[in-house]
Amino acid sequence: MTELINVTEPDKLTDQPEDQDKLTEQLEEQEYIINMGPQHPSTHGVLRLVLSLKGEIVKNIQPHCGYIHRGIEKMCERLTYQQIIHLTDRLDYLSAHHNNEAVCLCVEKALEVEVPERVKYIRTIIDELGRLASHQLWWCSFGMDLGALTAFFYGLRDREKILDIFEETTGSRLLQSYNCPGGLMNDIHPNFQKRVKEFITYFRKKLPEYDELLTGNVILMERTKGVGFLSLEDAISYGVTGPSGRASGFACDVRKHHPYSAYDKAEFKEILYTTGDTFHRYKARIDEMWESMKILEQLIDNIPEGDYSAKMKPVLRLPEGEYYQRVESCRGEFGVYIISDGNKTPYRIKFRSPNFSNLSALNIIARNFKIADLIAIGGSLDLVIPDIDR
Amino acid sequence: MTNDQLKEKITAIEPEAVFSENKQYLTLSIPKEKLFAFAEKLKGSEALKFDFLFNITGVDRQKSLEVVYHLDSSVYRHVLVVKTETTDRENPRIDSVCSIWHTAEFHEREVFELFGIKFNNHPDLRRLLLEDDHVGYPFRKDYVDDNIVQR
Amino acid sequence: MKFDEFRDNDSLELFKKPGGNILLTTIDDIIDWGRSNSIWPLTFATSCCGIEMMATGASRHDFARFGIEVYRASPRQADVIVVAGTIVRKMAPVLKRLYDQMSEPKYVIAMGACAVSGGPFYYNSYSVVRGVEEVIPVDVYIPGCPPRPEALLYGVMQLQRKIKLETMSDPRTADTQRPKKEIDPETDFNNYQFGIR
Repeated sequence: MTELINVTEPDKLTDQPEDQDKLTEQLEEQEYIINMGPQHPSTHGVLRLVLSLKGEIVKNIQPHCGYIHRGIEKMCERLTYQQIIHLTDRLDYLSAHHNNEAVCLCVEKALEVEVPERVKYIRTIIDELGRLASHQLWWCSFGMDLGALTAFFYGLRDREKILDIFEETTGSRLLQSYNCPGGLMNDIHPNFQKRVKEFITYFRKKLPEYDELLTGNVILMERTKGVGFLSLEDAISYGVTGPSGRASGFACDVRKHHPYSAYDKAEFKEILYTTGDTFHRYKARIDEMWESMKILEQLIDNIPEGDYSAKMKPVLRLPEGEYYQRVESCRGEFGVYIISDGNKTPYRIKFRSPNFSNLSALNIIARNFKIADLIAIGGSLDLVIPDIDR
Repeated sequence: MTNDQLKEKITAIEPEAVFSENKQYLTLSIPKEKLFAFAEKLKGSEALKFDFLFNITGVDRQKSLEVVYHLDSSVYRHVLVVKTETTDRENPRIDSVCSIWHTAEFHEREVFELFGIKFNNHPDLRRLLLEDDHVGYPFRKDYVDDNIVQR
Repeated sequence: MKFDEFRDNDSLELFKKPGGNILLTTIDDIIDWGRSNSIWPLTFATSCCGIEMMATGASRHDFARFGIEVYRASPRQADVIVVAGTIVRKMAPVLKRLYDQMSEPKYVIAMGACAVSGGPFYYNSYSVVRGVEEVIPVDVYIPGCPPRPEALLYGVMQLQRKIKLETMSDPRTADTQRPKKEIDPETDFNNYQFGIR
C-alpha cells in the first residue's frame, strides 16, 4: 500500500511527474461511489442504484428499492377477492391483464369453477395484445435509452392502436381490470374481432420497420452485441425469467410448460437464444412479437359462442388451503400464492414478481462493463419498478 | 413425474419430511435445522434437480413464523413446496439458502424486512424496501401503525 | 441603434406621461404569455400515470403543441413537475428535494388519484402518502386512475390559464390580488385556449 496523497489539498502537490503519476495511480486504484436514481430517466421509475466505479468500469451495483413500496400484499389481506383484482393491475401496469388473470385463475382453481371456453379464448387474446403493447413500449424506451428518439414516436404510434381496441372492449386504456373471478366483466365489443384482425395486418407490415430502424443500426449493434452476458446457470440460479431468461437459453415459458387458458390450443414457438447478451435479450422480445401475432391469428376466428362468465356467488370464500398460480407476464413468470383460512379475505397473499428476481441479477450482468453499458443492460432487462416494490 | 413418485424419491433422501395435503403441488415441511442440508440434496440430486427457486414467502402463523420455498426443476418440470417454521417470535433465525440458489438473496432480504426473520449466513442482510428508521415488521399480524387508515 | 439616437427617441416621452404603468402590465402579459407557452416538465414518474404521460408526449397526443416541449432530466431546467404516480413515505423526502432544486417560477401538477389523495391506496396502507399536497404545494389536480392523455392536456391548459394571470410584482398570489379582468366566456375562452390574449 503506497502512501496516500491528500487530494483535497491540491496546493501541496508538486508538478513533478513522479507526484503526478503517483496521484493518477492512486485515483485509479480507488473506487468511486455514485448514486443513480431514484429520479433518473433511464431507470424507468424510481429505482436507486449505488454504483462502485473504477474509472468508467462498474465494479459493483447495489440496488436500493422501496421508493414505491405500497404494501399491496398487506392491503390485500383486508380486501375480498373481487377487490384484489384492482390492485394487481397496479403492480406491473404494463401486464395488468396478466396479473389479473393470475388472481382469477387461482381463485377459480380453489373454488373448482370451470370457466366457459369463450372466456379462456378472450383472456388469451387480450393477454397477447397486452404483450404486444408492452413490448412496443419497451422497444421505444430501449431506443430512447440508447439515444434513438425516433423509436419512441414509432413505437407509441402503433401502441395507440392496441389501446383503442382495449378501450372499446374493456373500457380502459391501460389498467383494464377486465377479468373477474369466474370470467370477464363484460362481453367483447362486436367490432373486437374485426379490429384485431385489422391491427395484425397493419402491424405485420410495421414490425419489419422496427428492424430497419433499430436492429440493423450500427450504433445499436455496437452498444448491445457482446455487452452484459448472463450465463444459463446464472439465469436459472437468479431466477431470471421471461425474454431476459430465454435469451440465455433458460426455457422458462409458462405458456409452454404449464399451459393455462387457451395456450394449449395455439401453436407457437418458445424463443430461445443461448448467447445471453444485451442484443439477444433485445432480439428475443422482437421475435416474441411475431409469435404473439401468430397466436392471435390462430385464436381470433375461433372464439366459441357462450357466456362471458361462469355463475359465481357474490361473496367468495375460498376453502382452507394453499393455492398457487403461475402465468407468463410480459416480463417473466408472475405467480400468485394465496393462503386461505376459509374467510372472504385471504390470510396471506404473495405475488411472485418477475422483475424482483430479474433485478437481483443486474449486479452480475453489468459488473465489469462500462457505466454507459449499464443503461443498455438495464433497458434490455425491461424493469417495471412498482412490480419490484409491490 | 407424478407427485407420488416424487414423494417416494424425497422420502428416500430425507425420511423426516412431513408431507401435507395439497391438490396442486407436493408440499412438505422440514425442521429448520435440517433445511440447508435438505436443500443442498434437492438441488444436487440427479433424479430431482430442483435448480430453480421461484418464490420465497414469509407467513405469520400467529404462533409461529413460517417460510415457504417454491422449487421448480428446469429439467424435469416438477414442482415442490418446502416449508419450515420457527416458534421464536423475538429472535427468529433460519438458515439462508443463498449459496444454493442466488435468487434467495433478495427474497430473503424482503422476508427479513417484512417479518423480521433473520437468515444465518446471508451475505448481505440489509433493509430493502422500507425507510432506514422504520420500526416494526409490517407484514406481521400484530403490526400497528398510526399511518394506517383502517376500513 | 446608437446611444445618441436612443436618447432622442420620441417614444421615451411616453414613459413620463401619467398612466405609464400600463407598460408594466404589458410586460406582465408578455412574460406570462412566454412562460405559459414554454412549460418544460421534469421527467418524474413513479408508476402507472407515467406511462400515460409518455403517451401524451408521443405521436398521437403530442403535447409539444402546447409548448410543453421537452422533458428535462434535471430539476434545475424544469418549470413544472408532473407528479405521476404514488408517493410513499420513503419517496417523499426525495420529491421535496427535487421540488426545492427547481428554480422559480415552478409549478406542480398532481396527476392521478394517488397524487391527488392516495387513491386506491388510501385505506389499509402503511406507507403511502395520502396526496402529494402533504409534501409540496399543488397548482392543478388531475383526477383519474390513470387519467387519459386528454385529461393531462386539459390540466396543462388550466395551468397555462393560471400562469397567464400572474404579475411580476407578486407572482404567486396573482389571481387573488390583481383586479380581475372581465372574462367573456363567449369570446375570451377561445382566446385563452389558443394562447392569445
